[in-house]
Amino acid sequence: MTVLEVQGLRRSFAGLRAVDGVSFGIDQGEVVSVIGPNGSGKTTALNLVSGVLRPDEGRVLFQGRDVTGLRPERLAEAGLSRTFQNGRVFGNLSVAENVLIGLTPTLRAARPLARWRDIPVLRWLSLLAETAVALVDPPSVRRELAEREAEVESQLDRFGDRLRPRAEAAAHTLSYANRRRTEIARALASGPALLVLDEPTAGMNPVETAEVLEQLLALKAAGQTILLVEHKIDLVMRLSDRVLVLDAGTVIASGPPDEVRNDPRVIEAYLGKRRPAVRP
Amino acid sequence: MLDTALAGLVNGSSYALLALGLSLIFGVANVINFAHASVFAVGAMSGWWFSVDLGWPLWTVLLGVMAVTGLLGLVINLVAVTPLAKAPPIAALLSTFAVSVVVDNGAQLVFGPETRRFPALLATDNLGLGGLRFGTLDVTILAVAIGLMLVLGWFLRATRYGRAIRAVAQDRDAAAQMGIPLARVQNLAFVVASVLGGVAGVLGGMYLNNISPTVGSTVGMSAFAAATLGGLGSLPGAVAGGLLLGVVEAFGVSWWGGNARTLITFAVLLLVLWVRPSGLFGKRSPLAAEPMTGTFFGAARTVRLRPWQVAVAAVAAYVVPAVALDDYTVQIGVQVVVYAILALSLTLVSGQAGQISLGQAAPLAIGAYTSALLTTGTGLDFWLSLPISGLVAAVLSVALVSPSWRLRGHYVSIATLATGLLVAAAAVNFDWLTNGPSGVSAIPPPTLFGAPVSAPLAVYFLDLTILLVVLLLVVRLRRSTLGRIWSAIREDEVAARSSGIAAAEYKSLAFGIGGFVAGIGGALFAQQYGYIDPSVFGISVSLLALTIVVLGGLNSPLGAVVGAIVLVGLPEALRMLEETRMLTYGLLLLAVVLFRPQGLMGKVAR
Repeated sequence: MTVLEVQGLRRSFAGLRAVDGVSFGIDQGEVVSVIGPNGSGKTTALNLVSGVLRPDEGRVLFQGRDVTGLRPERLAEAGLSRTFQNGRVFGNLSVAENVLIGLTPTLRAARPLARWRDIPVLRWLSLLAETAVALVDPPSVRRELAEREAEVESQLDRFGDRLRPRAEAAAHTLSYANRRRTEIARALASGPALLVLDEPTAGMNPVETAEVLEQLLALKAAGQTILLVEHKIDLVMRLSDRVLVLDAGTVIASGPPDEVRNDPRVIEAYLGKRRPAVRP
Repeated sequence: MLDTALAGLVNGSSYALLALGLSLIFGVANVINFAHASVFAVGAMSGWWFSVDLGWPLWTVLLGVMAVTGLLGLVINLVAVTPLAKAPPIAALLSTFAVSVVVDNGAQLVFGPETRRFPALLATDNLGLGGLRFGTLDVTILAVAIGLMLVLGWFLRATRYGRAIRAVAQDRDAAAQMGIPLARVQNLAFVVASVLGGVAGVLGGMYLNNISPTVGSTVGMSAFAAATLGGLGSLPGAVAGGLLLGVVEAFGVSWWGGNARTLITFAVLLLVLWVRPSGLFGKRSPLAAEPMTGTFFGAARTVRLRPWQVAVAAVAAYVVPAVALDDYTVQIGVQVVVYAILALSLTLVSGQAGQISLGQAAPLAIGAYTSALLTTGTGLDFWLSLPISGLVAAVLSVALVSPSWRLRGHYVSIATLATGLLVAAAAVNFDWLTNGPSGVSAIPPPTLFGAPVSAPLAVYFLDLTILLVVLLLVVRLRRSTLGRIWSAIREDEVAARSSGIAAAEYKSLAFGIGGFVAGIGGALFAQQYGYIDPSVFGISVSLLALTIVVLGGLNSPLGAVVGAIVLVGLPEALRMLEETRMLTYGLLLLAVVLFRPQGLMGKVAR
C-alpha cells in the first residue's frame, strides 16, 4: 500500500526554483531517504510534504487522500509526524511534557467535539467544550491523562537511559543530542503512519549517530514507514530501502542505495564534473 | 479636493520621515522602536523651546533639534536596545515601550503638560497656483522632507557607513563576519532615524500649530501605521505609506471631522495587517521566525504557594480591610482588585499563550460600556449584564484580533495595539451608541438581595470574590491539557502545529477567555465609578496592565495580583501625581525587563 505519493511538486522563492517538479512514492513499511548537496531542495521538499509550506504546483497524496496545502496540524492529526532540521523542542516544558504534546492528536476526552473543528463558528462549541473540560477535570479526562503519561514513559524507554532520568527536566537544559531524541520521541508518540525526519543526526558525534541508527533500524524492523533527509551517507545506506537524489530542485536519481551510490550523475552532483582531457 | 490632497501630503511627509526611521531601525536592529514616537514629541518640544523661548531662526532650530534628538536616539539604543540584543524580541519591544513612557512623561514634567501654540515661523497662505492656495510653510515642509529623503537615499547608497547599514539590515551575521562593527552601525542607524524623527517633530509641530509633550503618541501611532502600510523594513514603503496615510487621513477628516482621524488611522492599520501584513512594498519570509517570548521566562519557574498559604492570604484579604482599614484605603483595594482581574486576563493571553497584547484596555472598555449601557439604557440587572459584558468583550476582541493570527511576534503586538486604540477611538466617534466624548454617567450600583452594593467595603467584597473566582479559573486552566497546549504554542508555534495543535484556534480561545475576564473587570470598573468616558481606557491602561504582569512575572497568576498591589495600590496610597506615576511605571518596566525579566514572582532555576 502507498503511504505517500508526491506528484510534480514545485515551489519557488523569489524566482529561485527550490523544488522543481519532484515526484516520488513511499510504500507501507518502507524507508526512503532524500539526499543531495546543500541547497538542493531537500528541506523545502519536506516542508512541502508536511504542510509547513504550500506548493506552487503539484499534489501530495497521503494514505490515498489529497492533502496538498493542508495545514501542518491537520496533517499531524492525519498521521504524518515530523522533526526539524535544527531540533525544535518546547524549551520551558519538561521532556515528559514535550512527548505528551506529541500525543495531542490522540486525546479524546480532553478534546471533545473535535470533529467540529473544521466548521467555522461551530468550532467554538468544540473549543468551549474543551475549556469546560479543562476547568472541571472530570474522571474520564484524568484517566485518559494517566494512560497517556504511561505511554510517554514507554516512549522515553525507547532511548534507554538517555531520557528517562531527565523526564522532569526542562527541555532547554538538555544536551543537543538529547533534544533531538526528545523531538523524535515526540514525533513518534502518536504512532504516525509516516515519520518524517529532517537530519536527525545533525550535530551528533559518531557514537550518538550509531545509537540513532540502531533506534531507527529497530523502528524499521517494527514496520514504521520513514521519510528521511540526511547527510551522513553511511547511515542512509544502511537504513534505506530506496534513496532519492536531489540536485537543484529535481530528482536526478532514485533506486536502491547501492545503485544510487554508483550512479555517475550522483557522483557528479556531489563531486563536480570531470574536466575533459586537455589535448596536447 | 486639491487643497485636501496637498494638506494630506504635507502632513504625510512628517509621517513618512518618522516611518523611515522606524523602518531603518527595524531593518538594522530587528526591533520595533516604540520610543520613536517620543523622539517626534521631543523634536517638537525642543523646537518650540528653541524658537519661542530662545528666538532662534528656523534653520538653527532644525539643527538644534537634530542634535537633541540624535543624542536621544543614541541613548535609546544604548539603554533599551543594545543590552537586550540576546534576549527574545519581546524584551526590546517592552523596553522601548517603557522608554517612550519615560520620555513622554519626563517631558511633561519638564515642559508642563499643557498644549501650546507652535509658531509657524513661515507664512501659511501667501502663494497660489491655479486656484490652489498654500503657503511658504507647506512648500518648506515638503522641500525639507523630500530633501532629507534624498540625502538619506544618497547616504545609504554612496557612503561606506550607509552601505554598512544596508548590509547589516540584510544579514547581521554575514555583515559581522565581513568586519562591519555592528554596535557602531546600530548606533548610527538610531542616530540617523532619530534625527529624521526630530525634524519630523518640528515640521509636524509647525503644521499642526498646537503641540504638547504627548503629541508623539498620536502622531507616532500614525507613523507605525504608515510604516506597516508600506512594509516594515522597506524605506520606499515607509515614504509611500506615510504620504498615502496622510492623504487618506486628510480626506477622512474633511468628510467626518477631526475626531475621525485616529479611527481612520487604526482602521487602516488593522486592515493592512489583515489583508496584506507585509505591506505594500514589504517582503514576507515564507518560514516563521523564532518565537516571540522564547525563553524570556526561560530558566524561571513561578513561585507556587501551598494551599494553606493561599487560604490564609484569601481570608486575610477579606478580614483585614473589614476590621483595620478606613473607607479610602478600601477604595484603593477595590481598584487593586479590578486591575488584578485585568492583569489576570493578560497572564492568560501573554504569559500562558505567549501573545503579547498591548491593547488589553480594549476588552476592558467594551465590557465597561456594555454593562454601563445595558444597566442605564435598558435597566437590565447588573448580575445579568456581568456575563453579557464578558461575552461581548470576548467576541469583539476575538473578531478584531484573530484575523492577525497568520502573523507572528511583532505583528501580533501591533495588531493588539491597534485594536486597543481603535476601540478607544470608536468610543469617541460612535456617539449614537457610546454618547461620544462625554461618556455614560449615573450607572447604578449592583444590588444584592435587594440592597444596593455601594459602600466601599461591600464593593470590595463583591470584586474580591470575583477576583478569587477568576484566579481559580486561570490556575485550573494552566494546569490542564489546554494550558499545556497553550504553553507549546508559546514556546514554538511551528513545532506545536506539527504536533497536531491548531495554533490559530487556540490563540483565539486564549484571547476570547482573556477578553471575557477583562470584560467582567470592565463591568466592575463601570459600576464602581458610576461614570465612564473614552479617556479612561487609553493606552496608559493597556500599559499599566502589561507592566503589572511583567513586574509580577508574566507567567504567574499570583504575580498579577502582587503586581497590581505594587503598581496600583502603592502609588494611590502614596498619592502620587499622574505624571510621576506614569514615569514610575515606565522606569519600573524598563528596570524589570533589563534586570529581572522573570518578574517578582519568578524564581531563577540555578
